[in-house]
Amino acid sequence: MKINRAAIAQAPGKSPKPSLLREKGLAKGLIDHYSETRGKIVIYGSALLMIIAVVAITLFLTVQGLRSFVVDHINFWSFITGTTWNPDQSIAGKVSYGAFPFIFGSLAVTLLAAVFATPVAVGCAVFMAELAKKWGQRVLQPVIEILVGIPSVVYGLIGLTVIVPFMRVHFGGSGFNLLAGALVVGVMILPTVASIAADSLRAVPDTLREASYAIGGTKWQTIWRVVIPAAGSSLVTAIILGMSRAFGEALAVQMVIGNTNTMPHSIFDPAATLTTIITLSMGDTTAGSIPNDVLWTLGLILLVISYIFILIIRMLSRRRNA
Amino acid sequence: MKKKSLLTLGLLLALSVILVLGACGNGSGSSSSSSSSSSSSSSSSSSSSSKALSGKLTLGGSTALQPLAAQAAKEFMANNPNVQIDVQGGGSGTGLSQVQAGNFDIGDSDIFAENGKNIDAKALTDYKVAVVAMTAAVNPKAGVTNLSKADLQKVFTGQVTNWSQVGGKNVKITLVNRSASSGTRKTFDQFALDGKTPANGITQDSSNTVKKIVAQTPGAIGYLALSYFTPGDKSVVALSIDGVQATEANVASGKFPVWAYEHMYTKGKPSALAKAFLDYMMSSTVQTKDLSAQGYIAVDKLTVQRDATGKITAK
Repeated sequence: MKINRAAIAQAPGKSPKPSLLREKGLAKGLIDHYSETRGKIVIYGSALLMIIAVVAITLFLTVQGLRSFVVDHINFWSFITGTTWNPDQSIAGKVSYGAFPFIFGSLAVTLLAAVFATPVAVGCAVFMAELAKKWGQRVLQPVIEILVGIPSVVYGLIGLTVIVPFMRVHFGGSGFNLLAGALVVGVMILPTVASIAADSLRAVPDTLREASYAIGGTKWQTIWRVVIPAAGSSLVTAIILGMSRAFGEALAVQMVIGNTNTMPHSIFDPAATLTTIITLSMGDTTAGSIPNDVLWTLGLILLVISYIFILIIRMLSRRRNA
Repeated sequence: MKKKSLLTLGLLLALSVILVLGACGNGSGSSSSSSSSSSSSSSSSSSSSSKALSGKLTLGGSTALQPLAAQAAKEFMANNPNVQIDVQGGGSGTGLSQVQAGNFDIGDSDIFAENGKNIDAKALTDYKVAVVAMTAAVNPKAGVTNLSKADLQKVFTGQVTNWSQVGGKNVKITLVNRSASSGTRKTFDQFALDGKTPANGITQDSSNTVKKIVAQTPGAIGYLALSYFTPGDKSVVALSIDGVQATEANVASGKFPVWAYEHMYTKGKPSALAKAFLDYMMSSTVQTKDLSAQGYIAVDKLTVQRDATGKITAK
């Protein structure tokens, strides 16, 4: 839409009172409704703020997270690969910092959740984007949006009262286990993956579909052999985005996974993730003490792995655009 | 163009370094006390009870003490309309760290400051405002209401895995712990398990969740403050230890060993306003009415006392 500035400026009642400030320089740039400068300042400012925030968070977490190794002289390698976690000296037994069970737990929950969520999510996406376009848009889209809006505490509570007893009755043990955590998180990331996957299916050009029909492909063959492969890398992006959400989820997982310090031997064993250990212990440790420093280090590990997820997404999209 | 973007990046980095260093100054509290301005603006005149109090107090820390502190704060604010008191949770560690850093006027803790890491206990003033007792909470299906201390320790250290081995029914034992550094767990480990380390079990960070899990899992055992066991509530069993029931009377007489002081710490001498609030905490209103209503025990009622090392002496 083109705005006729001259016309507006001369419209009665709109004409600004002439003043020295308005005619000259900086003030003019900030006051004038159509000034180039003001827009620039606002836009550049918000971009800058965002970048500063990300860099500051990263730096802060790095400085805090490296204290364990620099100040407290904990061996980095044994921290990453050790399997015994006992950070508190006031409890009898040897102090040791082995975070591997939590790293493993986080990755296991994330991967399992992706395995549960992906088929269902892609199915929903195909339904919305290919089969029932009108109906899917009208009914399934709002349903998925509702799922996105449910707070994670609610998922955790439902997990605690429904999934955990179910697991206990059917698989023995206490019912708190890796599988329960993965199921809860799987449901949580479903909507994220489904909506992004639907967008990427809609982005597949119609010419491809028409070509497929032209050589006699059925609807199903078209979807399975043409549309999904064509949307392939953006589907993978959707899954990885969902996984990075799953990776950072703390509350819901904490309520159903059991939070033990030991390595799980099967998916029916209780486990813990990096996030649950941080949220469980942070409030009881004193700032600057070793038990507190190692929690920061767990946070740093989380951040590094999240960055790796993001890098993978960037690489995939670059490959797609090439 | 290249140069320009490099310059911008350099500027950005410099800015964020400044930001981070600024944050670190507060965050990683080095044990040297930083002279931060406390937020409480006490009246400049010498405190006299006739003078109307005004200003703002921030309390925080122990979640075990939070309900009592919140109740007392509510009453105190009703009596002194110009006073604003914020009561926060966060855990005992947070309470000690933040009062030392000067961010809280009063830090709540279940543990003695002497036992907190990186805490300079000499710089803090200790007010013991209440006693909280706790005992093991057992799922009714386990079929036990009393255990000897030795058996309790066997259960928690994983030496026995079935309730039938300690006189209960044939149900598998499931341990529900609090996280390793929680004040409740430290108290339980020290006085119920005599310092033995519990075996790995499920870990949860709030008493309400622990109670829910113990109630719904057959054969589960955890531990809870006495306020969580209500008389009509049959969902969890309050375990007696060595035949001694976990009651207020038994804690007061020193027969029941698993209890801890609830501390309020101030940094150095309290401000006039903080002092007034602490006096209110120790007043008969709070000590007789609020404490018993919420399941705490008044410090005065105890015939024994305990020091930071856990040594018990008769009063």
